[in-house]
Amino acid sequence: MWIRLAAERVTAEADRLTALDAAIGDGDHGHNLERGFAAAVAALPELPEGMPPGKVLVAAGRAIISKTGGASGPLYGTALRRAGKALGEAGEIDAAGLGAALRAALEGVQELGKAVEGDKTLVDALGPAVAAYESTLTAGGDLAACTRAAADAAREGAEATIPLQARKGRASYLGERSVGHMDPGASSTTLILEALADAV
Amino acid sequence: MRKLINAPADVVTDALRGLAAAHPSLRVDPEAGIVVRADAPRIGKVALVSGGGSGHEPLHAGFVGYGMLDAAAPGEVFTSPVPDQILAATTAVSGGAGVLHVVKNYTGDVMNFQMAAELAEDEDVEVVSVLVDDDVAVQDSTYTAGRRGTGATLFVEKIAGALAEEGADLAAVAAVAREVNERSRSFGVALSPCTVPAAGRPTFELGADEIELGIGIHGEPGRERAKAATAATAAEIVDATLTAIDADMPLAGQELLVLVNGMGGTPLIEQYIAYGAAADWLAGHGASVARPLVGGYVTSLEMAGVMITVCRATPELLRLWDAPVETPALRWGR
Repeated sequence: MWIRLAAERVTAEADRLTALDAAIGDGDHGHNLERGFAAAVAALPELPEGMPPGKVLVAAGRAIISKTGGASGPLYGTALRRAGKALGEAGEIDAAGLGAALRAALEGVQELGKAVEGDKTLVDALGPAVAAYESTLTAGGDLAACTRAAADAAREGAEATIPLQARKGRASYLGERSVGHMDPGASSTTLILEALADAV
Repeated sequence: MRKLINAPADVVTDALRGLAAAHPSLRVDPEAGIVVRADAPRIGKVALVSGGGSGHEPLHAGFVGYGMLDAAAPGEVFTSPVPDQILAATTAVSGGAGVLHVVKNYTGDVMNFQMAAELAEDEDVEVVSVLVDDDVAVQDSTYTAGRRGTGATLFVEKIAGALAEEGADLAAVAAVAREVNERSRSFGVALSPCTVPAAGRPTFELGADEIELGIGIHGEPGRERAKAATAATAAEIVDATLTAIDADMPLAGQELLVLVNGMGGTPLIEQYIAYGAAADWLAGHGASVARPLVGGYVTSLEMAGVMITVCRATPELLRLWDAPVETPALRWGR
């Protein structure tokens, strides 16, 4: 459900993401992710009926790694695979389990990409999103409240990348000229987390 | 911008079909996205595999053949190949003596090659990776993804490929590849941007009187924009380029491999004008050109402009440069 909705959002916004990427990267982010999520959706019907959600995420992540290319393929594919592995065999997703899965996704992305918050990458959306999810959970929030808080924090985090100077990825080659543009990866992460909030 | 394509989504596959038809000496699998030497795997020979986004032709598939690469994995336009592709290329050419991955230093290429190398190790294929990062336009590499791999990729693939053809082991082939990279520097200038087919719009805008200094090879904007008036002539553009390289790696007293590389949209006549200016500049600064190469080898679609790559040669590197090579894009001595 989440994967299909995320794929729809990414496809709908592919041109906008690509335009963001053209400003500070190489102008392919939207179309790459569109291809990757289309591959993930195509992999879903092949999976056995009643497969636990964690296993579905691992398979979707593998499909994204296989079809996307660029940096976003390994990063988003690893995020979904790590999240899926954290969910394990659980048949139902609860708020605490999904929180642990999002934390695992963030750690996987940071291991691979070596980015920290403030580098103007997707970590600037995912990091605050995981933190907001966890604090909402601690305050007693349910699944809907936690995922909504994560999506809102991701959007704020993505907006906050506009004045930053990129220190990772292709945008970093621009130096000061990367300032004034939203990071495309932070923007697509926001779309995916908003799809999650709408899907639960 | 009009393009000679069938459909944006089919650009790479269609180009690979054409490459296969034009060069029977290559084994091309458009579905798997790999280009392999017809005589691979060569048992006992170290195999060289490279790859990266498409749009830089003839790099890399045009360098597959005797004395250079054993296989190439071309990704979508300006997008690194996926791990499955790189793994398929690696296992197709593995002859038991190990495989060298030549990787241009871009975040996506590094990640996808790293994943492929881990998968290859699971299949008992020994892989060593060498990063190419020769672009002096990227300064302050502590705060960036590091220098980009550009024109030196050709030098690395030619020289390491020659040593592998002679039967050297994986450690020696990797060592000479690293040595060539360390001794090489590049700097590029764009006179016009390029358009990725899937995006349909130029990757950046340049005014009629502007040039972009310090470009990469993906249509990404460069480190600064200058009014063409400040570098109006080919000689002034070449001066800016070689001055940037010389500031990073002094050239005086050196014997050099020199590549004057058209970016895709600049005609050969202008590339020769640039080479003439480069030869004058180098002679005037006490450097000598041991081997020149002029042409579009590491391109950026139809971007107009030029990149200069130099390598501080040694007698051994020149010997390997002169060794026979037979690929679609480079051939001599055979």
